[in-house]
Amino acid sequence: MKRVPKRTSVDMSIELAKLRLESPVLTASGCAAAGKELDQFIDISTIGAVVTKSVMLEPRSGRATPRMAETPSGMLNGIGLQGPGIDDFIEKDLAWLNQKGAKTIVSIAGNNVEEFGKVADKLRDIPGVIGIEVNISCPNVENRGQVFACDPYAAADVINNVRRNVSASMPLFAKLSPDVTDITEIAKSVVKAGADGLSVINTLLGMVIDTDTLLPRLSGKTGGLSGPAIRPVAVRCVYQIRKALPNIPIIGMGGIRSGRDAVEFFAAGANAVSVGTTVFNDPEACVRVHDEVAQILQDKGLRSLAEIINAAHEELI
Amino acid sequence: MPIVHKGTVVDNKKVGNYFVLTATAADMPKEFKPGNFVAVAIGDERSSLILRRAFSIYQVNDRGVYGGTVDIVISPHGPGTDYLANLKRNDAINLVGPLGKPFSLPKDPVPCVLVGGGYGAAPLFTLAEALTARGCRVDFILGASTQEKLFGMLEARRISTTLTVTTDDGTSGQMGQVTDALPEVIKKSNAAVIYACGPMKMLEAVANVANMHGIVSQTSVEESMACGIGVCMTCVLPIIGDDGITRMLRSCVDGPAFKGDKVRWDQVGKIPSDTWGAPVEGVN
Repeated sequence: MKRVPKRTSVDMSIELAKLRLESPVLTASGCAAAGKELDQFIDISTIGAVVTKSVMLEPRSGRATPRMAETPSGMLNGIGLQGPGIDDFIEKDLAWLNQKGAKTIVSIAGNNVEEFGKVADKLRDIPGVIGIEVNISCPNVENRGQVFACDPYAAADVINNVRRNVSASMPLFAKLSPDVTDITEIAKSVVKAGADGLSVINTLLGMVIDTDTLLPRLSGKTGGLSGPAIRPVAVRCVYQIRKALPNIPIIGMGGIRSGRDAVEFFAAGANAVSVGTTVFNDPEACVRVHDEVAQILQDKGLRSLAEIINAAHEELI
Repeated sequence: MPIVHKGTVVDNKKVGNYFVLTATAADMPKEFKPGNFVAVAIGDERSSLILRRAFSIYQVNDRGVYGGTVDIVISPHGPGTDYLANLKRNDAINLVGPLGKPFSLPKDPVPCVLVGGGYGAAPLFTLAEALTARGCRVDFILGASTQEKLFGMLEARRISTTLTVTTDDGTSGQMGQVTDALPEVIKKSNAAVIYACGPMKMLEAVANVANMHGIVSQTSVEESMACGIGVCMTCVLPIIGDDGITRMLRSCVDGPAFKGDKVRWDQVGKIPSDTWGAPVEGVN
């Protein structure tokens, strides 16, 4: 039987940009494909939203294997954005999600600024799409592979171009990389360029070396580090951005494994959370984390999730 | 439908170099078909090893004293498998399954050769039973580098018309590899289908022998997985589709058994340049 959130007296609904969601727990891009596989374990329409794997304009094979290495309380991955391309994605994956009644936030990626805009344009008027997450943590092929998310101007260019290609009412979330000196600088830049909210954080760049071969374990040599190991970094990023931008909607993510972990993000300033790598360990994790958060709030004698959001910022409450 | 089951260990016995672990599995045996696998968590919800390990289902029992149970075969060779090998009766174990596409079975009662490399032989015994039930003749070949690494010889002998054993060092059966013995077994049994599970190099060699004899092979591949359920995209390999186009398919949901002539064996671990969506020079 598919798991669904338990009934609770605690109000778990949230406001996120222009959205109202019944659950604050979302999937994380790249950790849930397009929802179909997880729907065998949980009713995908009962979680906050499905954030789909980043889709690009054209089909993409991704990188050669090995694409993954286990690390202490985490994993390193270098999938290389394997995907069907936006047309096939709309025709098959989005149609399925919409038919299931899922709320979908589509993660988009591009090789250059224009490609982001083209992918976003394809999503106009597609039913079931409640928001777009812009994965700016990919290399800009037109600027020697410099990652958009690491440069405030390049990041703003992408968001600006996406903004011009979607309706004014479509919520746009920029997904930020922690691999920067000052994440609030990037945050301010993308908000100014038209982002309605921020997804915080993407993976950290890492490397694992095989001590038998003495070579990097992943075919792409470096990869993105995720899982509970990165959680303190993620909580810190959410906290700093909340302090810098007191009103910006934030989807917090990075190593959330339990309801208690999610509570850290809410207190740091997240309005919603995404559960990513933990889904590989527990396919029911998005619903379980929702239930655990509700239980924690109930045990604290609270009536709504809203009461703990920003709680770590004494000046904001 | 696969389920997440918080079970317990019923038994964990050492067999040669391996451990056969029996765990409670609720309704998994009812859903099970030969070739399915389970993804097993390492440790509890605080464990620092967060990725599940995939194991072929070796046996199932749907009405034992403990309700449904599944058996898996563990070859300890790292922190995850060492942990599982050390589990004792009544220890907690968390399984997701049954996962993966099962082996395709022939419609007609044709002779089949089942080839297992080391503990890779694990899924072939329930397959042999299913084939026998359809009236297929079953011949087994089991191979390994050395005697202690062979798995399931008694069972294979019980369930097959013939059993051929090979070891690289000659400590049991014929000295050599499974593919040295395969042509003779194909000839004697007049085989129409070969099923194989084991190391990738063995599967490639078996698929080549099958192709040379013009017969069908089904190879159950081993690629490292992070989730086992189709969401992580780490366990891909290049597979030729019915339309002739090569795509990077997930061994967990599109496999683990693929037709041997559809796997681009020489390109496993690479992206063939004609793959659907392959990088264009200077772009990706």
